[in-house]
Amino acid sequence: MSTKNGTDREPDRRRWLSVLAKAPAQDVIFAWEALPDRPAFTALRPPENGMVLVRGRMGGTGDAFNFGEMTVTRAAVRLETGETGVGYVAGRSHRHAEIAAAVDAMMQSANLRAAVEEAVIGRLEEAQLQRREVAARKAAATKVEFFTMVR
Amino acid sequence: MDAIAAQPGFSDPGRDSQKVFRVLMDAIARPGTLGKTPVALDPPAGLGAAAAAIGLALFDFETRVWLDDKIGSDEVAGWLRFHCGCPLTADPAQAHFALIGDFGSAPPLSAFMQGDPRYPDQSTTLVFEVPALAGGLPVEITGPGIRDAVVISPVGPDAQFWSAVQDNHEQFQCGVDLIFTAGEALMGLPRSSSVTPKEG
Repeated sequence: MSTKNGTDREPDRRRWLSVLAKAPAQDVIFAWEALPDRPAFTALRPPENGMVLVRGRMGGTGDAFNFGEMTVTRAAVRLETGETGVGYVAGRSHRHAEIAAAVDAMMQSANLRAAVEEAVIGRLEEAQLQRREVAARKAAATKVEFFTMVR
Repeated sequence: MDAIAAQPGFSDPGRDSQKVFRVLMDAIARPGTLGKTPVALDPPAGLGAAAAAIGLALFDFETRVWLDDKIGSDEVAGWLRFHCGCPLTADPAQAHFALIGDFGSAPPLSAFMQGDPRYPDQSTTLVFEVPALAGGLPVEITGPGIRDAVVISPVGPDAQFWSAVQDNHEQFQCGVDLIFTAGEALMGLPRSSSVTPKEG
């Protein structure tokens, strides 16, 4: 069952799906609407809201624990050219999930990939890195060092 | 990650499943009457619209589904797994639902899950995709939900099959339930109906 979706295990696909999932809905919709030619698509699975259990590890290395549940929205679409894509995104925006799925499908098309990578994925990823850096700097500024006196 | 089906499912899953459920409930409550899928569907090749609608409405991650060789193409199996998330089984005796496209090669009704006197609901519901719901060997059915008697004649079953259906009825309350589908049309034949060959 992996002919058309042979990219399933590609780390690349993981990266762009992750970028689309974490980007704010407004940014994704804006980037989509700025695309010059957007292909028509049909919904294979109309957008639907649901929940996923988020697990974490203390310090990134400890035992896994259940962090809590978060709202996600998922969708699957097929482009008129035949590529299929999925979108799993944070939040409740149906439009966001649908666009993420369409972008995923476009990223699997050799013709569209480069343009979409630049106009959508690259831009969103850069914005995410910036936000992350700002947050990291703010957090670093409040860091308290605890010293233990050693004789 | 699951492979993605190439065909869409319900466009409005919540409401569409309820509409289909209602039609199915009426079909089972009034055996032998014709029902029609209330929603438009574009299912993968090999699967009729009514059989596909039954799948989308009733199958989920807890229902094991058995497919015969005629219906069970990779495309259909992938479509069911994607939209319903249902596990497929190769063992008829484990199946909650069976989709059957070919009478000739189908296992006997007794090979499917028959239920237990304490849990008669734990039996297989068989969906037979047939060319047409009328024009085959006529049989008369009687029982709950049928005023006097009704004659049905789906295309496909032979006398031997109908005698197996009657055997299935005689072990009531256990036994399997049948649904015949042809394109968008469907007809229910629960285990409560008694089947006799139509004379003449």
